[in-house]
Amino acid sequence: MLTERENIIAQLRQDILRMQGQRPATDRLAGKLPLGSVLDAFPHSVFPTGAIHEYISATPAAMAATTGFITGILSGLMRNSGPCIWISPDPVLFPPGFSAFDVKPDRILFVQARKERDICWAMETCLQMDGLSAVVGELPGLGFTASRRLQLAVEKSGVTGFVLRPKPRNPHHTACVSRWQVKPMTSYYPDDFPGVGVPCWQVELLKIRGGRPGAWRLAWMNGSFQPLPDTHAVTASSILRKIG
Amino acid sequence: MAKRYVSIWFPLLVLEGMIRRQPRLKDILFVLAAPDHGRMRITAACAEAQKQGIQAGMAVADARALTAGLQVLDDEPELPLKLLTGLGHWCIRYTPAVAVDPPDGLLLDATGCAHLWGGEAKYIEAIQRRLQAFGYTTCIAMAGAIRAAWAIARYGRKPLMVVPPGKERQAIVSLPPAALRLEASVTERLQKLGLYTIGHFIDMQPSVLRRRFGECLTERMDQALGRKNEPLILLQPVEPFREYLPCLEPVVTRAGIEIALQRLLDALCKRLVKEGKGLRKAMLKAWRVDDDVQQIEIGTHLPSCRPDHLFKLFELKIDRIEPALGIELFILEAPKVERARPSQEALWHYSGLDDKRLAELLDRLTGKLGKGMVRRYLPDEHYWPERSYKEARALTEQPATEWQEDRPRPVRLLRIPEPVEVAAPIPDYPPMHFRYKGQLHTIKKADGPERIEAEWWIAEEEHRDYYIVEDETGARYWIFRLGHYDGSRPHRWYLHGFFP
Repeated sequence: MLTERENIIAQLRQDILRMQGQRPATDRLAGKLPLGSVLDAFPHSVFPTGAIHEYISATPAAMAATTGFITGILSGLMRNSGPCIWISPDPVLFPPGFSAFDVKPDRILFVQARKERDICWAMETCLQMDGLSAVVGELPGLGFTASRRLQLAVEKSGVTGFVLRPKPRNPHHTACVSRWQVKPMTSYYPDDFPGVGVPCWQVELLKIRGGRPGAWRLAWMNGSFQPLPDTHAVTASSILRKIG
Repeated sequence: MAKRYVSIWFPLLVLEGMIRRQPRLKDILFVLAAPDHGRMRITAACAEAQKQGIQAGMAVADARALTAGLQVLDDEPELPLKLLTGLGHWCIRYTPAVAVDPPDGLLLDATGCAHLWGGEAKYIEAIQRRLQAFGYTTCIAMAGAIRAAWAIARYGRKPLMVVPPGKERQAIVSLPPAALRLEASVTERLQKLGLYTIGHFIDMQPSVLRRRFGECLTERMDQALGRKNEPLILLQPVEPFREYLPCLEPVVTRAGIEIALQRLLDALCKRLVKEGKGLRKAMLKAWRVDDDVQQIEIGTHLPSCRPDHLFKLFELKIDRIEPALGIELFILEAPKVERARPSQEALWHYSGLDDKRLAELLDRLTGKLGKGMVRRYLPDEHYWPERSYKEARALTEQPATEWQEDRPRPVRLLRIPEPVEVAAPIPDYPPMHFRYKGQLHTIKKADGPERIEAEWWIAEEEHRDYYIVEDETGARYWIFRLGHYDGSRPHRWYLHGFFP
C-alpha cells in the first residue's frame, strides 16, 4: 500500500516536470558528466539536458570562472556528441585555453553578434537544431520573454543551452531551469606547494526547478570536478580574513 | 554550301597581350625572359627593343649591356593559350564555330556568316579593325580550306586577303613550302632540292612525293587544296548559371518577390542538380521600372543546390529590396559554383549530425550577422598568444598539430592588452599588487615568469614576461611585463587574460 502510494507520487512528480517543459530524466550522460556531488541537487540526480541554464557573474574574473565551469560541463556533453556553438558579443574567448578542460577547441564554433537582439536570434536558431551538443550565449539582458522562447526552442530539440549573464541588469524572473553563480576561489595545490594551483570555484546553485539549491566548493582536477578538501577551505578563508 | 574558313594570325601575340594587360609598357623598352640553363634568356622583345638590336634568344645580361633602362618581365608559358582562348570567346560574335590554333592564331568557320557584314572582304576587315582597336596586329585570310587560309595569313604578302572559292591553288603556288606547316627536316630537304615554292612540286606525282618526303607532304597539300577535311576543335562558350524572370506587371509586394525568387531558385537548382554542382554564392538582381537595379547576395559554407535552404538565406535579406514603382525583371546569378561533395562526414562523424545541416545553420547565421562572424579555430605552432591559433578555412579542415596543453592558458584574452599599474620587486619577482580599472588587487599567489619572444621574423616587438597571478579574492589573471628592465623609463605592465 505504502509503496504504491510512493509510486503514484513519483509518477505525478514526473508529470509535473514534463508539464513544466522538462524532459523525463533519461540518463544518457551517465558517467559522462564529471559533476560529482553536485548531481544530487538535480531532479533524479541527473543533469537536466534539453534545458536552459542561466549563469550570472559580476566581474570579468567571475566571467572567466563561469566560462571554465561551463567548459567543464561541455566536456561531458560533447563527448561522443555533436559540436557546440558559442555566441558572444566580442571575440575575447581564447580557444587554446579550452583544451585544459578536455574539450577540443576546434569542435566549438564561435559566433560573434554585436547586438543583443542578434544574439537572441542566433541562440534561438541554434537551439532549434537537434544534433548540436550545446549552445552557449552571452546575454546580459535576458528578459522573461526571451528566456521563454529559448526554453520552448530546447523543449523541441533537446539541445542544452547556457546563458552567461555578465553584470545582469534584471537578475530576477526568467524561464530558465536553473540559475547558477560561479565565483573564483583561491586555487588549490595538493600538499601546499607554492604557486597557482588547479582552478577552484565557489559554485552556487541559486535556483533549480524540481531540485534542491545548494553551494559547493569545486576544483577542476584530473579531468573532473572534485570537491575541495575542508583544510583548503580553512586556509582560503583565513587569507580572506587577514585582508579584510 | 561551300565551306569558308578564316585564319587569324597574331604575329606579336604575347607582346601585345602584355601591353594590353599593363598599358604602362606601351612607352617603355621591355622584353620577356625565361630561365634557360641557369640564365635568363629573352623569349620576346618589343619592337623598340628590336630596333636597338635585342632579339629573342639573347641572354638578358647581354641585352642589359646594350640598352639602359630595359624592363625584364617573366614569360608565362601558358600566356599565349590563355590570350587566344579569351580572344576566341570574343570572336564568337562573328561565327559560332571558333577554334584556337596554337601557338599564335585563331580559326573561324565562317561558312554562311560573311553576308551579315556585307561580304567577305568587309567581314574580315571588320574583324581586323576591332582587333586593332584592342591593340593587336593581325594578318587575316579567308579561304575554302583551313590549311590554305592558314598559309596565306602567315606567308601571303597582304595583311587582309580573301581567296575566292576554288582559287586556293593559285593563291598558294607562290608560297614557300613552310606555309604547309611541314616538319623542319622536310622543308630543309625541299630547299636542298631547289623546290623553293609550293608551285614547284604541286603537280608532281603523289607517289613520287610520298616516297621521298613521307605521307605528310601529300596530305598537307590535299588539305590546302580542300580535297581533304581537317577537324576543328571548337571553343565551347561557358554558359553562366543565370536565370531570368520578366514580369508582365511590375512587382511591388514582398509576396511577389518571394514567388519570383522561388521560381528562379527552382530553375537554377534543377540545372545545378543535373550537373552535380552546388552554388557557393548567389545574387538576385531586380531591375526596376525606373532603370535602377536592386541587388541582394548570399553565400554558403558548402556547395548547396537545395532551393528551400537558399530561399531561407535570401528571405533574411528580401526587405533590403526597394521595389519603388515596381520591378519588371528578376535575374538570379550564381557567380561561384563548385562541385557538390557527396559525403560530408569527415569532421563531425560521431555527432549524429550530417554536415549539411550544420552548414545550412551556419549559412543562416552568416547571412544574418555578416561575413566572418562565424569562426572555427585551429591550433597554430606559435607561442605568442595572439598567434597560437588561426581561423579554419573550411568546416572540414582538421587541426594539423595538437592543441598545446603543457602550459596553462587563460580562457578569456583581451584583444588588446590593457596597461595596469604594478608594484613589483625587481628584477624577476612577480608583482605584489596591481591596479586595474581603479581597483587594487593584492597578489597572494603567482607563477612565472614565462618569457615569450615576439617572433622577429614575423613582427618586431619586445618580448613579454608573463605571470599567472591570483589576488585575494581568488581571481586569476594573466599579466605581463613588456621588454627588459631599463632604469631610464618606467616598466610597462599589462593585463592580458583571465584564467578560469
